[in-house]
Amino acid sequence: MPAWLRIGLVLGLFGGLVVVLALGLNRNPREVPSPLVGKPVPAFELPRLQSAESLASSQLLGTVTLLNVWATWCVACRQEHDALLAIAEDPGINLIGLNWKDDPSKARRWLQDLGDPYDAVAVDVDGRVGIDFGVYGAPETFVIDKAGVIRYKHIGPIDGGIWRDKILPVLAELE
Amino acid sequence: MRVTRATRALLCGGCLLATTVHPGAAVFEDREFDDTEVAAAYQGLIEELRCLVCQNQNIADSNATLAKDLRDQVYEMLNQGSSRDDVIEFMVARYGDFVTYRPPINAATVLLWTGPFAAVLVGGGLLAIRLRGDKTGSAESVSGSDASEQAAQAWLQRQAAAPGED
Repeated sequence: MPAWLRIGLVLGLFGGLVVVLALGLNRNPREVPSPLVGKPVPAFELPRLQSAESLASSQLLGTVTLLNVWATWCVACRQEHDALLAIAEDPGINLIGLNWKDDPSKARRWLQDLGDPYDAVAVDVDGRVGIDFGVYGAPETFVIDKAGVIRYKHIGPIDGGIWRDKILPVLAELE
Repeated sequence: MRVTRATRALLCGGCLLATTVHPGAAVFEDREFDDTEVAAAYQGLIEELRCLVCQNQNIADSNATLAKDLRDQVYEMLNQGSSRDDVIEFMVARYGDFVTYRPPINAATVLLWTGPFAAVLVGGGLLAIRLRGDKTGSAESVSGSDASEQAAQAWLQRQAAAPGED
């Protein structure tokens, strides 16, 4: 084997390894892809945070819904809150909260103090509905289409950039 | 303890420390079983299911609240007559193949399963080629060094005849 071919082969293998490792290192292992994307929303019926009525998954049908999983103990949810308030200024967006593994009285106070971006909030005190949604940490946000199918899941806090680049394009496709 | 993304790195670091200080399985709840088979299934499942908060721990070893919730879920399902496969299916449907330490072989995981064997084959192959190349290489170098070997022999004979001369 000629020397130039040998060197080329070694450099090629090395370059390939660098590319594979670089791709691997730049992925976020915390973002576990959800098997629920493309599936109907799990059925639930939960009490609402601010009224005596219940909120059922069937009530999500007919509108595109953002389901935001949050809790008062979640630091990143506090960080996300202003972005949610900005999103809520658009009356065309149906933003539903899922208050996950939280104390409802703390949750009510949080919304009073910081502002309430949600059209309705369902209370999942024991986290069972969270498990059905494959939630493993707050905040998480699901985009649900008019037929009640989960179309997208965002893990972690939403900010302006994520809203513009990741979530708005999905919403535009669904409208 | 309630876990948010911001505190997870710290928590995982803490879990690591905890496992180095206390090796062996952690037990967070006292479970009662009527049936030893169900008890064994429970233990097997919680050791096989991954905690998604502290990703390199199974739910048996993690004290994250989600791990506790998932242990409760496993316990309840088994007590209500679900089989081991039912529980795995339940978890995979919600959290994906990642939730089990033994993911099924499919298009997404085939590289994961075959990759190490492929690496051993490729590496072993390269090593075999290399070793064969070396053998012919060393034979060449012996035959090519006749002149220097003769010189060395001559020097040795001179040394034997008159030590300390050089």
